[in-house]
Formats: sequence, C-alpha cells, structure tokens
Amino acid sequence: MTQSNRLDNGGRIDRSKPLTFTFDGKQYTGYQGDTLASALVANGVRLLGRSFKYHRPRGLIAAGSEEPNALMQLETGPYTEPNTRATCVELYDGLVASSQNRWPSLNFDVGGVNSLVARFLPAGFYYKTFMWPASMWMTYEKFIRKAAGLGVSPVENDPDVYHGTYAHCDVLVIGAGPAGLAAATMAAGSGARVMLLDEGSEPGGSLLGTSKNTAALEFVKNSMQELERNENVRVLTRTTATGYYDYNYITALEKVTDHLGPGNGGSLPRQRFWKIRAKQVVIAAGSIERPLVFADNDRPGVMLANAVGTYINQYGALPGKDIVVFTNNDSAYQVALDASDNGAVVTVVDTRSSVDPAVKARLEQNNIRLFEGHAISSVQGAKGVTAVRIMELSADGDSLQGQAWEISCSIVANSGGWTPSCHMVSQSGGKLKYVDEIAGFIPDDNRQKKSCPNISAGSCNGSFDTDTCITEGIKAGLDAAQRCGLSASAPSISNLNVSEIPLGDISPIWLVPTTHPVGEGSAKHFHDFQNDVTAADIHLAAREGFLSVEHLKRYTTTGMATDQGKTSNLNALAIMANIQGVSIPEVGTTTFRPPYTPLTLGAVGGQESRELFIQERQTPMHEWHVANGAKFEDVGDWKRAWYYPKDGEDMHSAVQRETLAVRESVGMLDASTLGKIDIQGKDALKLIEMVYTNNWQKLAIGSCRYGLMLNEHGMIFDDGVTTRLGENHYHMTTTTGGAARVMSWLEEWLQTEWPEWEVYCTSVTEQWAVMALNGPKARELLQSITDIDLDKEAFPFMTMREGTVAGVPARVFRISFTGEVSYEINVPARYGKHLIEALAEAGKKYDLCPYGTETMHVLRAEKGFIIVGQDTDGTVTPHDMDMDWIVSKTKEEYLGNRAQERVDTKREGRPQLVGLLTEDPTVVLPEGAHIVSEVLEAPPMPTIGHVTSSYMSPNAGRSIALALLQDGINRKGDVVTLCLMNGDVIKATVSDTVFVDVEGVRVRG
Amino acid sequence: MFIVNCPYCGDRDQTEFSCHGEAHIPRPTETAKLTDDEWGEYVFFRSNPKGYHRERWLHVHGCRRWFNALRHTVTDEFVATYKIEDPRPPIPEGGQS
Repeated sequence: MTQSNRLDNGGRIDRSKPLTFTFDGKQYTGYQGDTLASALVANGVRLLGRSFKYHRPRGLIAAGSEEPNALMQLETGPYTEPNTRATCVELYDGLVASSQNRWPSLNFDVGGVNSLVARFLPAGFYYKTFMWPASMWMTYEKFIRKAAGLGVSPVENDPDVYHGTYAHCDVLVIGAGPAGLAAATMAAGSGARVMLLDEGSEPGGSLLGTSKNTAALEFVKNSMQELERNENVRVLTRTTATGYYDYNYITALEKVTDHLGPGNGGSLPRQRFWKIRAKQVVIAAGSIERPLVFADNDRPGVMLANAVGTYINQYGALPGKDIVVFTNNDSAYQVALDASDNGAVVTVVDTRSSVDPAVKARLEQNNIRLFEGHAISSVQGAKGVTAVRIMELSADGDSLQGQAWEISCSIVANSGGWTPSCHMVSQSGGKLKYVDEIAGFIPDDNRQKKSCPNISAGSCNGSFDTDTCITEGIKAGLDAAQRCGLSASAPSISNLNVSEIPLGDISPIWLVPTTHPVGEGSAKHFHDFQNDVTAADIHLAAREGFLSVEHLKRYTTTGMATDQGKTSNLNALAIMANIQGVSIPEVGTTTFRPPYTPLTLGAVGGQESRELFIQERQTPMHEWHVANGAKFEDVGDWKRAWYYPKDGEDMHSAVQRETLAVRESVGMLDASTLGKIDIQGKDALKLIEMVYTNNWQKLAIGSCRYGLMLNEHGMIFDDGVTTRLGENHYHMTTTTGGAARVMSWLEEWLQTEWPEWEVYCTSVTEQWAVMALNGPKARELLQSITDIDLDKEAFPFMTMREGTVAGVPARVFRISFTGEVSYEINVPARYGKHLIEALAEAGKKYDLCPYGTETMHVLRAEKGFIIVGQDTDGTVTPHDMDMDWIVSKTKEEYLGNRAQERVDTKREGRPQLVGLLTEDPTVVLPEGAHIVSEVLEAPPMPTIGHVTSSYMSPNAGRSIALALLQDGINRKGDVVTLCLMNGDVIKATVSDTVFVDVEGVRVRG
Repeated sequence: MFIVNCPYCGDRDQTEFSCHGEAHIPRPTETAKLTDDEWGEYVFFRSNPKGYHRERWLHVHGCRRWFNALRHTVTDEFVATYKIEDPRPPIPEGGQS
C-alpha cells in the first residue's frame, strides 16, 4: 500500500523504518516517528469515526492531545483500550486500531439516522424525554447506555504492570516547548534541581512542527544537551502533567512502554504515575488552536490549521492536495505557505476585511488566492470534504451577502485563534483574566494562590510569538530559581524567527453565519465535536434559562467527555456571551479539573494492586490453620480461621460439629487478632475509669474485668476485658476491628484533654499470640502442658496467672466468651506456632477441636454475649443492650456519661436487645430481617425492630436469634411477626438473650 | 494535597495526617449540671468559618501526636501549627476567624 499523501522529504519520521498497522481490518504502512493519526493522514484516510450523538462521519481535527474526534479502540483482547486519541498513539509495528461508535461499519452506520431526527435530539433531550414515569427510568437507561458511549471496555484482567513513584524538585517545568526548554535550562543553570515534563515523544513542542526547523531544532538540541549534562535535571518525555494540587503537588502520567506495543515492554512498566512535590512550578503548557464555528464544520477533512502544518512539517504528510485555509487571524498564513510549498493548491479565506499588504504579496509569490472579508457558508461532502462555498461577510459579521463561490478542496484548515492552556494554573487555584488582544483567557498573576507558587510562560501565558516565548521562559526559569534562593544571569538570546508571517491582530468571530439563521435548515455549527454540541444547542439552553456557564455545560454537555472541551470551551462561552449581550469574562469559565488528559486507572493504582492492594494480616498460627484445612474470613485486614471443614463437610455441618465439641469436650480458637493495649503510668487507673462505664478502683492486681466504652453520644463503640497486671500497669483488650480506633481514642483524650496525666499506651496486638481453650476439658488439657496451678480455687474465673505453657513464657487469662471454662493463653508472638502445635498434640486425648470465628459467634450468641458492631450499630446505649449492670451509678465523670441522661437516650420505646425464638425451631431467621407491627401487601411496612444475630444452635437444639426491638425488654413473652424479603411471614416469641446455661454455672466450673 | 508542618517532626505530606475539626473546645467539667442544650452545644456545634480556622490535627501515620493548626479555609494556607500547650498564634492582619 503506498502512502498517497506522504511527502518525499522532511519531517521527523524515519523513512527507512516502515511499520505495518491495521485500521478497521485494513492494512496500511507508516514510518517510525509517526503517530497513528499522521500515518492515517499519510495514507489518505479521512473518515475515522462516528460522532457521539448524531453518528456523523468524523475525521481528524488536531495533531495533539486536544483531538476530540479520532478516538480509537486500540488493540484487542486483554490489551484493548477504548477512546485512545489517534494523535497520541505512537505507531509501532503490528498496531491494530478500529473506529468506534459505528454499526455495522464505519461507512454505513445505522445510528446515522440520528442525524435525520436531530431536531428531536437537542440539548437536554435525555433529561426531558426519559423523566417520566420515574419507574421507567431503569428500562430507558439500558437503551441509553447502549446507544451512548464510544469504545468498549476490556473484559479481561489487565495484564500490564504499572508503577507509582514520588519525586521532589526545586523547579518543575511543565512543557518542553520553546518556553519550557528555556525555563528549564535557566533554572538548571542556576543550580536548581529541575524536572521537565512533556507529553510528546521528544522535547520541542511546537518547534517540531515548524517549517523553519533548522534554527528551531538547533535550539531544541542545544537546550537538551545542556539539560542532559546536568545531573540535577530529570527530563521526562511521553509524560503528561495530569493534575495540579495544593502546595505544588503535581501528578504526571509517563507512558513508559506504550509506544513499543502491547507486551513488548520487557521488565519496564507500561506506565508510571509520578507524584511530584515542587518548590516552584513553571507552566509552559502551550496553547490550543480553536476551530471556527461554521456550517457543517465537522465534515472529515475540516481540520485545525496548525494540525495541517504539523502533519506537513513534523510528519512529512500532506493532508490534501487542495486546501482551503479559513481564518480570522495571521497564524494560519504560515500553514498556507507551508502547504503551498509542498505542492498543494491553496486558497485563503479570511474573515477580516483587510490583510497586511506584505502578507498579500507573500501569498502572491506562491499563487495563493486570498478572499478577504469572506466566510465559508457551507461544506460539501458527507464522508469527506469535496468543496466549500464562500460568501462575503457583512460589515457587522452577522450575516453573509452576495454570490456564493464554490471552491473544490479536500481539506479545510481553519483557525479561530489560540486558547492558552490555563488548565494547570486553574487547577492550582489560580484565577484567569480575559485579554481582548488575543481573545482568550490568560493567568491573572495577581490572583494566584500563595500555597501554589507558579509562573506561566510562553503561549499558555498568551504570548504566541516563539521568540517571546523563549524570552518569557528564560525569565520564568530564573525567577523560579531565585525564589528557591538560587541565581544565575540571563544569556543573550538569538532570534529564531520560526514564522515568516508576523502575528498581527485577531478579529474574533465566534459564530460564522450562514444562509439560514442558526438552528434552521440542515446545517450544523459544531463547537463541541466530541459531545456533538452545536451553537443551536447553546441558543436553546439560553432560551430555557440555562444561562450560567456551569448550567450550560451540564445541560448541553459542552466541554465534557475525554477532551474536556479543549477546543470547544471558549467558543461556547463566547457564543453564550453574544446571546446574552454581555462580555466573555462576565459569562466566566467553568472550573478546570484534573486529569488534563484521560488517565489509566491502572497507573493511578500503580503497584498497589492485586495482592498488594490491601496487605493482609496473618496471625502467627496462620500456617497451622492453612495446613489444617481452615476456611478464612476477612476481619478488617486480618485473615481469621472461619471454620475447619472435615472430609466433605459444608460450612453448616462443620460449625454445628465444632459448636457441640466445645461444650462437650474442648475447643481451641486463635484469638490473636483481638486488640491489645499495654497501659502504664501513675495515672493509668484514672484513664481506665474515664473510658469505661463501670468502676475499676477495686480491681485487684491479677484480676480481670469486662468493660464497655461509650463515645460522647453515649453510644457503645467498643468492649473488652482489661486486666490489672501491676500497681500502675494494665492490659486492655479490644475488639479485633476496633483495635486501632480504641488506641486512637485513648491517645486523643490523653494528649488533648489530660496532657498532664502520666499514662503511656502501647499497642501490643501483634506482640502476643493468643489461643483460647474453651470447654469442660480445657483445664485438664492445659494442665498437661503448664506449670501454672489451674485449680479452680487457686486460679478462679476472671483472673490472670503467669507461668509457662508448652515450655514458653505465658500469661493465661481465665476469661470466657463462650460461657465455658476458658483459658486465653498469651505467648510472645514468635511462640504462636509452637503453642498451637503443642496444644494440638496434647489435645489429641481430649478430643480437642479447633474452631473458627463462625463457631465463636454461635457460642457467644447461645450465651447472649454481644458483638459490638453486629448487635450494636452506633445508636445503642448500654441501657438499650440491657446492660445497666455495667454502668456505674457512683462515678461522677466518664466519657459518654452525660449523653445517657439526654431526653432521647432515656425515653421509652427505644430499640432494646432481646432474644427471639421462632415458632418453628428449624427456621433460622436471616440477619437483618425486620420485625413489623403490621403485615401489608408489599413493603414498606411499619418496622419495630430487626434481627442482629441469628444461628442454628446445636446446644439449644433449635434456632436462636438476637434482635433490637422497640421497648423489647417489656415485650418478653410476646409473639412478634417478621416479614422477610421473599414475602415469608414468620412468628417468633420474644425471649431472654441467654439460651444455654442460663444460671451461668459452667463458666465457673 | 497540603504540606503540614508537624510541630514535632517538621514538614510532612498531608497523607500522614488526619484533621479533626475545630480546636480549643474543652470537655466541660461537672457535666451533670449541664442542660441537654448545653451538652449538645459541646458535642455537635462547631463554627464553620470561611477564613482563618483553628483546627485539631493528628500526625496519625507519623509521631501520632495531636497538635493545632491555624489554617485559612479558602486559600488552605497554614499560618501556623502549634503544640496543644502552646499559646494561640494570632490571626493575621485583616483576617477574621
């Protein structure tokens, strides 16, 4: 396949390295150095996709990251990526791309009928049409989702690897065009640590796309040589600054190996996400040419003028042989000359009525026809430009007059002026100001945020002339370095003169009239190509009262989608300003938000994905659990043994067996995850008295006590057993999930409210491995491997003893979460595995049964022991839990005391914890099931409570449940009704919360 | 993403910290004597100024020390950070808290 539009010479491509690629199944050839876009241009492919809403044929508009139309589905299978801009995809051999939003084919697209019914698809169409009835929304949504959207998401896991990395520097320079290179060179020369980022594959920015590139490229080369020599400088190409956050925190996406093709990156990541903290930032982000808004300006072949210039000069590809340049400013004239120099027949249509005679003379040298004071009234050719019609523009620019001339052409290179890229400065919190001379917004130096020091230089600052860009860059680089306390002197600057045509004035024309008024007739004036928004939509929005720019954006969807309005925003604002008869700054701009260009989520995640996403916590006994077939449950970040199925058992059978075994013989549970806090200091008791609801004054050394913690709303937020180890030394335990929360709670009060107290809290959760032995044979078993006297008189319930267990030092707590005789054996974490192995060995003759958290839940529910966070939900007081016994009546002050006296916490009818016994003992209520006061045909029904815990209890021989029920304590004995999700209605009797060993004799046995 | 100057550790990234709202609200003593409204005032009501604000910060993924900061809620400028026991730094000229 020949590259019909490829020039014989020029450009940054390597003609000795041909690359083969396919677009929509057809094979083409490009060269090393091409982008997918430039290779398609070189092959004369103009039709690249269908538009979002109307499915209109679309082609390339730009050559850079602002491209709104040429969105490609790149590659296939797990590597596929939707909505990639062809202008940002570097060509590699074997690249596979396909067009989007078309069916069955790009040339014949069924959705194209949307174009015919366009009058029924105006702005706000979805909001208006699919609003009623509300119940139908779910149905509509499916169809809308299918019809909308562009590319297709991959369905397989992403096989690529991504990295995240941090960097710090004195001066960060965003953009390596003329201003950025100058700034970086100057800052580096001052001794600053410099980072220079550029989204292109090589530094140079706009200089790479100029026809006078000998001087320009010399400047790039010299600057780069100087930067590369300096070890304080890091230059990152293929790297886009995506976000600018407070205190000069900048994120950037580096496409490390994308340009090599999928799977060819070797050991390097696909992309790297940089998080950079800079003392000073120089923004040299350049500017974006904006299109003129004229009738049917979306035909494939209508491009931005500078894109045409870039394809010619940087990529050696002439987009078409007959080119009409349509402009309202001088910047497009160089493009006209460049195209003409490379063999194109060029016509210039300028909306301004008089063009500089010197420029006219230069055009004549190339035989370029010029129409002054004219405008394009229509564009012919549905799937690609074939001709344009031009007419004379009235003096006020509001209408066309005279005879229409038709000019055959395949490309329309249009320029409506340049919009400085203020994204970064705006994201940093800086404000913008409107400048008439360039008809655009630039950073307002006086209104930048102090915490985000930055300097804009070059065309993002509204200075479009290349030599001015370099001058500004030099100054910005020096100023930034100086603000970091470094200095150097400015060098003498040589003029680059990259443009033959001096940049004169611009005469804004925001909406080019046609023969019909806007919105009438079949012609469409697009200002936002990616979201298919037209000038008529802005008129409609204005008529319907969506005048604020933020409303306009959301109502018409202007400036949304992947290009975020890079080419469209200013045109939209200006058209709205004209409609309202106000100035553009009065309309204002919408907020620029990160990311600047689309960002791969994988890159943001970096290496913190898959098993590193959350680091799981394992107890010292974890290997033993795995070896013994445990199933695991996630509790916070912990992996806890859930149950241990024996040959073919399901969860239910395993749990029933384990639950019986504990009460019949003995069971062991890994309780290492319980939070443990070592509390010492002469004021330790004062702290404990303040954070628990009960009295601790009389707790003897070596004794344990259960405590409840309340927040200042009077609500239970944690519980646990605390043991007094010495005069001023306590060992506090917390729930597994609440460990960190309780630790923070203690620290907060100690540091902020009672800093004078002498108390030291240390988290020792991971320092101790804990095995809980429970059951009638626990004593006998433990005695066989410990030197501690376990006699029930010598070592009573709720006390602690120290000694050795299985030959290692241990603290043994006789506390119980099952209601059985129970010993919680704490050994230093490094002996955890030894301990569980020793227990398993010694336990063989006692039928020792390892059990997991599920059995633990059943056992504690059989005894009515609550689990904070399951039976409580942050709205529950001790009284609601029927736990008045643990609330001190004598303590004057403790956290949460006052709130319990509030009118609302004392009122009658609050939900209270009760037991529930279903009429049919085999029915296990679902947790969360609602108790209703009245059964209705369908939800909602008046609810008076809900089930918090529910199990089949083998020891009670029936199902049991705990519930929060309004005024529950007074309702014991009543029969209540539960209505389940599936409509089943179940009766249950309100009962006490203890279902097994009601007298509580076993635990002291 | 701020840079926060921990009075104990120096400049650190915001990800190491957590912010806990308005500072200098001591827990009342003799709470039994308070009305529900007075108690509610302590637990729930906070000033929410557009401007300078004294806040409690915690270097949670660092030294775990609590300290106070004087921050502007619009510009996010930290005027000062100071230890719990330190005197309150003044509000800059022209500012209101």
